[in-house]
This record gives sequence, structure tokens and C-alpha cells, in this order.
Amino acid sequence: MKEFRMPSLGADMDAGTLVEWKVKPGDPVKRGDIAAVVETAKGVVEIEVFETGLINQIFFEQGQEIPVGQVLATIATEEEWRQQAKAPAAPAPEKLEKIPEMVHPAAVVAEAMKSVTPAAPVPHERIRVSPLARRIADDLGIDLATVQGTGPGGAIQRADIERAAAEHKPVVQEAPRALPVAATKPVEPVRPSEAGPVAPAPVERPAEAVPEQKKAADFQTAMRKAIAAAMARSNREIPHYYLETSIDMTNALHWLEEENIKRPIRERLLPVVVLLKAVAKSLTEVPELNGYWVEGEHLVSEAIHIGFAIALRQGGLLTPAIHDADMKTFDELRDAMNDLIIRTRGNRLRSSELTDATITVTSLGDRGVEKVFGVIYPPQVALVGLGKITQQPWAVNGALCVRPVMVATLAGDHRATDGHKGGLFLEALNRNLQEVEKL
Amino acid sequence: MNESELKTIVVEELSRVAPGSDPGALDGNDDLREGLDIDSFDALNFFIAISERLHMDIPEKDMGKLNTTNQIIQYLLACKV
Repeated sequence: MKEFRMPSLGADMDAGTLVEWKVKPGDPVKRGDIAAVVETAKGVVEIEVFETGLINQIFFEQGQEIPVGQVLATIATEEEWRQQAKAPAAPAPEKLEKIPEMVHPAAVVAEAMKSVTPAAPVPHERIRVSPLARRIADDLGIDLATVQGTGPGGAIQRADIERAAAEHKPVVQEAPRALPVAATKPVEPVRPSEAGPVAPAPVERPAEAVPEQKKAADFQTAMRKAIAAAMARSNREIPHYYLETSIDMTNALHWLEEENIKRPIRERLLPVVVLLKAVAKSLTEVPELNGYWVEGEHLVSEAIHIGFAIALRQGGLLTPAIHDADMKTFDELRDAMNDLIIRTRGNRLRSSELTDATITVTSLGDRGVEKVFGVIYPPQVALVGLGKITQQPWAVNGALCVRPVMVATLAGDHRATDGHKGGLFLEALNRNLQEVEKL
Repeated sequence: MNESELKTIVVEELSRVAPGSDPGALDGNDDLREGLDIDSFDALNFFIAISERLHMDIPEKDMGKLNTTNQIIQYLLACKV
């Protein structure tokens, strides 16, 4: 029996609300099928399954909030389904199962919650707190002075913080939230931090909890909070370095013009399609920028899934992934981008598009800025910024002329790469944009 | 088609690529991208819609000159000749 868990759809998401099930017990599913539609702070997302089999039991109903990591449903093999038909249905798994390295059996915690009285403030001299508990308390905005420690000598441990958090949180759940957990199978890319294709062993990292109540009625407010959390965390944790380079776009634009003359209007390529293809190719040459930083380790991803920043008309930003950008032709890339933009603005993205990006590209150049220095989206290690193409004075063979120039920038995570590596990438990008026909 | 019919079509298609905006309220000489907050993706889709609706091709080199409703309408009038 396999478990279908609620994926984490970004560094800033920790729960979703079930809008509807697309499958019911007994339905066959295969990898990539949409099983459920979930609402998050950043909009409505179609959740895909990663396993093949038959839906066995489903555990959440429409309208219920689902924390990341919780089991949404179980998926059975044909054999198991047949067995099941004879035996009575298994009870739902406890809302909080034993999670590797985060042992807090639901029963114990639920009991503790019932009997806990408002914690007496601990005297302000030396509160013994484990480093992990201190960090979680920080993230959750919990004042350590109000937490009752149950560790040796009254020390405050992680479970104490979580209990305190659950008390203060006015939510419907009957147990403290489970912190998101990476799938135990490397095959199942549940979270961006896991880097499914590359990580040989499961990686686990507790997600940052947002201190505010997530049930904001206003979509805008929720969106901004989600972005704020992710970006604040990025700036807090990632030591960014920034590089920029000016690229003569004469050749690229000339190629584009010639190409588009041959194409009917429906098939024309926008400059950004060419830019993304060039970025993808450059990543095959400097792969260190394509991947994740997780638990002190740099995980380079073989697959290149470019997260493309798309602004929403009503405000807010999403960066869904274009899968295998390096393997797509110009036409395939254009179609993928078109489809992604439409579904992003139409609020109908798939979970894999929100989790799989191995790098992000932001192209603000369309409407006016020459350079954009971005904030890396954790756990990625780089962000490419593409500015507007403007006419600039340019020196060629000692003489001055005017060329269409674009400034490309790179924000890099200095834990993963150094300026030299980043520089190599931008050089590759420049080189690739001089020979677009070879992309 | 006359100018008024063309304007209606242009405003309709602009509304589709810029939902929630009011293209009809734009001054004929206002830059469309600024006025409606649309990007090149939206603009291309607009021209695709216009070309299909009016059964005509719009060469890319012309698209760069069509930045205001007046320019677009004048262009379409000239083409329909």
C-alpha cells in the first residue's frame, strides 16, 4: 500500500484546503494524474499522484485543511485492492503518524493538550532550551518564557514548543500540526528540498512555519504573506552574491526576425523563448547553478526545470516550472510557456509545476527595467535576471556604434557556488545568445 | 469595415487579454502596454486574435509600430483596402 501525501508546494506553503477530489476509491491512477484540487495561499493547485495503482482510501473531505506531509489517500495494487474488498476497511491513519526523526506520537500529544494548563512563565534566568527548540520557537514566534519544558530538569524541547504553538493556534485540527516531512522514497519528489532525481538518500528538514493565521480571507493578503515568508527566509538564510553582464543582442534579434518572417502569427517566437532556451543550454555547461542547497549539501540536478516568474494581474507572483527546458525545441518551449502563463493567471497549476523548479528566471525587461537583481527562491541556489533590451553605445573594433543590449544578472547562493562559477554561467549565456541558431 | 466597427473589435480583444481593465476608456494615443498593464505575451495574443478575427496576417515588423489604439485602427483601415 502506498501513501499519497500532501506535497509542499513551495518554501512558503505549509497547508492547503481541499477543494475537490478528482478520484474516488477504486479508481486507477498513474503517475502524473491529478487526484485532488487544493486551495493554497497562492491559488488553486491540481495535486498530482506519483504512484501507479488504485485509489484505496481517502482521508480528507472537501473544505478540510490539509497540512503538508499528511496522508491524503492510500494507493493499492490490484492484489491489495482485491484483498481489501474481502476485509473491512482499515481505519484512517492517525493524523500524526510516526515521522522519521520527529517522533511525537499523536496520542501522547493529544493527551498532553487536553491536560495542559496555561504554562506558568518560567523565571527569566537561564531557560534551558535545546537549539532546535529555540529555532522552532523563533520561527513560530513563541515566547520561550511562556513554554513549559518537559525535558530533563525542565528543559524546553521541540515537543514543548509545538504543543505551545498548537495551543495558541485557533485552528480546526485536533492535533498540533505535523511539520512537513520529505518522502522516504527518493522517487517521490514531495518537496523541492528533496531534489528527487538526484538525492540518493531521503533528506529531511523541518519547514519554516508562518506565525500568522493562514486563513486570510483576502487572496491578496495571503499571497503577499506567502511571498514575504519565502523572500524573508531567502534573505535570512542565503548568502547572495550578484553578478551582471551586458549582452549584445544584435545576432539574437536578427535571427528572431528572420525566423518569425517564416512563421504565421500563431507560431511566432517572443524573445523570452529564445532567452529561456539559451539559459537552459548554459546550465548544461555550468550545471552547478541548477539544483538545490539542502541541509548543508549542494545537490546538483540533472534535469533542468526552469521556474519562470509570472506576475499576476491582481498582484502577486508565481514561478511555475517548465520541465526539461533544455530538451524542448523552440516550439515546444513556446507552447509550454503559453500554456503555463494561461493556467497561472487562470489559477490552475499542477503541483509538480510548483515544486520542481531547479532554478528561477525572472524577465522583467518587457516593460521597462534594464536590470533585475532578484532574491533566490529556496532551496534553489541561483536566480537569473533578464532586463529590457535597450539601444546602447557599444564599442566594436575600437569604434563606437549603437547596439541592442540586454543586461543579464545572476544571484547566486555563495554556499553552493562562487563568483567564478557564476561568471562562467553568464559568459556561457552571452556566448549562446550570439549563436542562437545553434541552440 | 469602418472605423467604429474596428474600434469595437479592438476594444473587445484588448479586454480579453487585459481582464479587469477598461480599454474603451483609453485615449487613442495612449500607449497600450502602459495603459492596460500588459506584456509582450498579452500583446502577441491580442494580435493573434485580431488577425484571426479579421482574416489577415500581421507581419512582425508591423507589430512594433502598433502601440496605441489609433495606430492599430489606422493600420487595420489601411490593410482592409
